[in-house]
Amino acid sequence: MRVLKASLLLLAVAATAATMAVAQPTVRVEPAHLETQRPLADETAKAAIRDYLESWQSMDAALEQNRPDLLDADFVGDARDKLSETIQEQAKLGIRTHYEDRAHDVQIVFYSPEGLSIELIDTVDYDTQLLDHDKPQAKQQVHARYIVVLTPAELRWRVRVLQAQTE
Amino acid sequence: MKAARASLLAGAAAFMALPAFAQGGGLTVPKTIEAGAAFSIQSSGSGKGSLYIVGIGQALKRDIQLGETTWFPVGSLYNAGHYMVVVTGDGGAAESGSLDVVPESKPADLSFLARPSRLPVGLHDGITGAVYVFDAYKNLIPASMPVEFALAGPSGETQSRTVNTRYGVAWTALDSTPKQGTDKFVARSGGVSSERVIGQVPGDPCGLKMSAAPAGKDVRLQTDPVRDCSGNAVPDGTIVTFTEAYNGAQSTVDVPLKRGIAQVEMPAHPGATITVASGVILGNQIRWGR
Repeated sequence: MRVLKASLLLLAVAATAATMAVAQPTVRVEPAHLETQRPLADETAKAAIRDYLESWQSMDAALEQNRPDLLDADFVGDARDKLSETIQEQAKLGIRTHYEDRAHDVQIVFYSPEGLSIELIDTVDYDTQLLDHDKPQAKQQVHARYIVVLTPAELRWRVRVLQAQTE
Repeated sequence: MKAARASLLAGAAAFMALPAFAQGGGLTVPKTIEAGAAFSIQSSGSGKGSLYIVGIGQALKRDIQLGETTWFPVGSLYNAGHYMVVVTGDGGAAESGSLDVVPESKPADLSFLARPSRLPVGLHDGITGAVYVFDAYKNLIPASMPVEFALAGPSGETQSRTVNTRYGVAWTALDSTPKQGTDKFVARSGGVSSERVIGQVPGDPCGLKMSAAPAGKDVRLQTDPVRDCSGNAVPDGTIVTFTEAYNGAQSTVDVPLKRGIAQVEMPAHPGATITVASGVILGNQIRWGR
């Protein structure tokens, strides 16, 4: 019994250490390439990119735990609807997915003239893992380019479109 | 105890020993499909298995017979994005690949942001519109395509401009028209259109002019009909300020426009200087005779 307790403790410590050791993704921000009449303040750009990067964490948590409510802070509109439907499908099928972003290369490409949307392109490196009834099935490394549209909410920018684009 | 420990270790080992999957093997997956299109996936091997297609846009799972072709009818996979394709067999062996779903090329919906909803006439680049172009499945269409913006003024004159989308979005800035009233601001692309209504109100008064006439001990001051520089009547209620300066003293009266004019009576001090203004717009000046 003591051995079992010790083993569980060891695993728990190892799991904690592993969690703590998860590296933050590297982030590279390219200079904005805008053709609109509205100037983009540095603070606005930083806030939009910060909120977008955080959205990957909540997306991962939502898809890994099959909890659409975890999307509410960061997603809105079609992006939220689509992710929510995916989570419902996953839950129905008994599967979960884990997304771990390793690197982002972000460039803001559009700031709408009335200030109500920002579009950015993100070339992302991430790992995807598929679990079926908690059993790992496959893991894949992905390099993909995403088109992202953000719109302002009361306190933060929310993701309205998140769509991988074939390069 | 030993069994429990062994089980835990086996679980950890199984997680660590996940194979690194590469596209292919005996798995044949289309590299890209258009959103909503039918497609098929060919697996290898024999026996029963499971086929997964997972991405942030959708999650599908099918029970399959390994070595056979699995068909997905029209409308099965429609959210654009990157998908992981995994086939597992009863033995636990797995193959994986990936599949990209691209948006349909035909627009079905325009997300049209137009601002402002109300503005003065004759403002250069005063009206802006931005359009995001989506397909029937609400996928943003990143391929460049023309979007026509047209602003029709109250008297029918139209400004039109065609802009190609970049990353699925196009925008323009247009001048507000010279005539007050309601404009229709329309964006069109690929047979789809979206309309917004823009209210145009008169601009600031232009050529503000008053006249003066004796009225007993007072002088009656009255503006000509107040109009903006495009000839639109400035709305009633707009404040017009009359100022009389006499012998080092000054008195001011604010009067709202009624039926397009402002009028007031002020003491008729011989030699007084009387001016008229509305906001920052100055009108003429009258020196009242001695």
